[in-house]
Amino acid sequence: MTGVLLRRFLWRDKWMILWWSLGTTLLYYSQAVSVEGLYATQAELDRAAVSMGSNTAFIAMAGPARALDTIGGQVVWQATAFGAVVVGLMSMFLVGRHTRAEEESGRDELVRAAAVKRHAPTTAALMVALIANAVVGALVALSLISFPLAVEDSLAVGVGLTLCGWVFTGTALLAAQLTSTTRATYGMAGAFIGLAYLLRAMGDVSGIDHGGLLSWLSPIGWYQGLHPFSGVRWWPALLLAGLTVAGVVVAYAVFARRDFGSGVLATRPGPARAPAGLRSGLGLAWRLHRGALLGWAVGMAFVGLSYGSLGSDVGDLIGDSDASREIFAQDGADLVDGFYAIAMLTLALIASGFTVSAALRARGEEEAGRVESLLATGLSRRAWLSGHLVMTVAGTLLVLLVGGTGMGLAYAATGGGADEITTYAAGTLQYLAPALVLAAFAALLHALVPRWSLLAWLGLGVSVVVAFFGPLLQLPQWLQDVSPFEHLALVPVESFSPAAFALVLAVAVVGGVAAQMAFARRDVH
Amino acid sequence: MAIVTTPIEICGLVKTFGSTRALDGLDLAVEEGEVHGFLGPNGSGKSTTIRVLLGLLRKDGGETRLLGGDPWGDAATLHRRLAYVPGDVNLWPNLTGGEVIDLLGSLRGGIDERRRAELIERFELDPTKKSRGYSKGNRQKVALVAALASDVELLILDEPTSGLDPLMESVFQDCVEDFRARGRTVLLSSHILAEVERLCDRVSIIRAGRRVETGTLGQLRHLTRTSIEAELVRAPAGLDAVDGVHDLVVDAGDEVIRVHFQVDSARLDDVLRLLTAGGVRSLTSQPPTLEELFLRHYGDRVEDEAEEASA
Repeated sequence: MTGVLLRRFLWRDKWMILWWSLGTTLLYYSQAVSVEGLYATQAELDRAAVSMGSNTAFIAMAGPARALDTIGGQVVWQATAFGAVVVGLMSMFLVGRHTRAEEESGRDELVRAAAVKRHAPTTAALMVALIANAVVGALVALSLISFPLAVEDSLAVGVGLTLCGWVFTGTALLAAQLTSTTRATYGMAGAFIGLAYLLRAMGDVSGIDHGGLLSWLSPIGWYQGLHPFSGVRWWPALLLAGLTVAGVVVAYAVFARRDFGSGVLATRPGPARAPAGLRSGLGLAWRLHRGALLGWAVGMAFVGLSYGSLGSDVGDLIGDSDASREIFAQDGADLVDGFYAIAMLTLALIASGFTVSAALRARGEEEAGRVESLLATGLSRRAWLSGHLVMTVAGTLLVLLVGGTGMGLAYAATGGGADEITTYAAGTLQYLAPALVLAAFAALLHALVPRWSLLAWLGLGVSVVVAFFGPLLQLPQWLQDVSPFEHLALVPVESFSPAAFALVLAVAVVGGVAAQMAFARRDVH
Repeated sequence: MAIVTTPIEICGLVKTFGSTRALDGLDLAVEEGEVHGFLGPNGSGKSTTIRVLLGLLRKDGGETRLLGGDPWGDAATLHRRLAYVPGDVNLWPNLTGGEVIDLLGSLRGGIDERRRAELIERFELDPTKKSRGYSKGNRQKVALVAALASDVELLILDEPTSGLDPLMESVFQDCVEDFRARGRTVLLSSHILAEVERLCDRVSIIRAGRRVETGTLGQLRHLTRTSIEAELVRAPAGLDAVDGVHDLVVDAGDEVIRVHFQVDSARLDDVLRLLTAGGVRSLTSQPPTLEELFLRHYGDRVEDEAEEASA
């Protein structure tokens, strides 16, 4: 019976597993390609390696700085910590959706009522996650071997990744037994992954080129402790395997002792009364957006800090190849300025992901059938939609500000001037205007042709392609002009243009007002 | 408060979705202080009518008045004077039931604290639970408490009890009766005929986007057939000639003659005269149930089967 379930789960998950595997493989393989492409000579790589190895922020983010003057060492350093988090998330989703989510929805009850052993669905879910992680590890190892990098070290990278995923499979399985809702399961399993990453970061900062004491409390630290491409050793793999077994055994023990549908930890009751802040259209919009906004703000701070922590060393780091000159040194401008101009644009494009999803939130609410009851109260259509649009605008402002300020702060902390804090914060903020054009596009689609609302992402897609590949692919000018980001000055290479900013913002405002008017006229479902 | 005698007035309402004519000249009048039953099979246009009344859908033709105003143009102002409970209640998974009740109540312009507490108690609702964890019935209770605890003139209920157990259904019926006792008006769309029979003063039956019947239950019964079974001494003369007698079966036994038929309620008097002339030994008459009424209007297939079975 477990076999039947396993086949069914694998069939259901085939695309998910495929995309996660390819994405993770690309994460590793692209590092090898970009390192090779970016540094034309070994001397350049050596210079970058010294600079990277002495940067504490990098070590906290990536891991112990080992053999950074080799391509293999660079791949391990830049990809393993993130790769471990990625397979951790994949394992968490795979386990969660076949265990707790099924139990919560009640579908699992049907399966269990059929002639199935009590633990069959759990075992099948475990197997799916184990297989998926094995696939990811194998693909990563094969891609590195094909690059070509040393076979044994490449294998260590792949095997370590699989084992790391297995550890997080075990902890996710345990989380599914302890909690009683899918969200709580993801929360707890995600916390395990976050804790592993944090312990490793703190340990590595104290250890620099070898994991510090705290790193040895983290499965990600053990993975990096395999030391691929810097004198590979296999014994930390035993720690990973051991923790996997321990997690799974404990999860099954808990499973055997709990009732169907329940978790070990009780769900926390919420407030019986709504606070004054929730009792309005805007208050509800804030409640619906705040979780995503908080997540995006933290993520943007992280991205901003990472860019800023490169400091003025970027010249060494990005090398002196023609490729990097072409990308960053626009019209003979300073390489550092060129780099940060692109960094700010990148921050803004990432932040626009929040903008589009926030603008589409209104559509999500309507799809979920939650708008009818609201609009049947004294809340007008205009007020309801405005609530979501206000959150979109204010949220975009916040994530841009956090990203830009984070970049400026980290830059100042690594030896740049304090002036740069305001330069980078303000330079990033100007992209509020084009981001809001994308939001207005989403709002218009929702108001006019709700079925096609998801096309709003196309606006962001075009903007990204134009920003990064426009000149490279020699896209026609009219197509480049479609991206609202193209019309702003590339600060700090060019100086800020208030006229361009005002014009793009005006387009966004007109679009937003038109969306309001169109929404006031259509049927709401 | 403006004096309104007909809180809901609909005349010749038309609503089309693409090529489908969901409402095809619908009429509906709900008088102040009554509980008005709104009956019809799935897809007959009940929910569409309610959504037009709530200003969610734009009408394509006809006249609609809600509490003396225009349901589309004055939507937000009018909505402060009414409460709506949909059949399929979708709540925000992250908000607790108590939070939703307060939110919807506040957006309607305020909530009666004493009644809120009383209703939560009567419906046995746990207001601290996140909506994610509520069953369909519990989500409906949240919407019902929010609606009934608001101080409004009109309740619009669209199959509000489809997820409630019989005990809670009876609590709901008590609450609606309390609401009417305060002189307020209710439009109740429902599938549960027993509920309609207990609660409603008047009923409108719709089919395929048109009203096919309206009136008090008494009036509607008058339009339908009573079934009669009698034992007579002599064969009833001329019974089959009466216009309005249906499915007549005469079964001549050794001592008595059994007759069994249905008669349009309007001809009952004529028929009884003929029966007494035949010497009545026993008589049972069954008034039409709402269910028969309901089936007669859109249960063609069911009716045919019933006729076959009785033949």
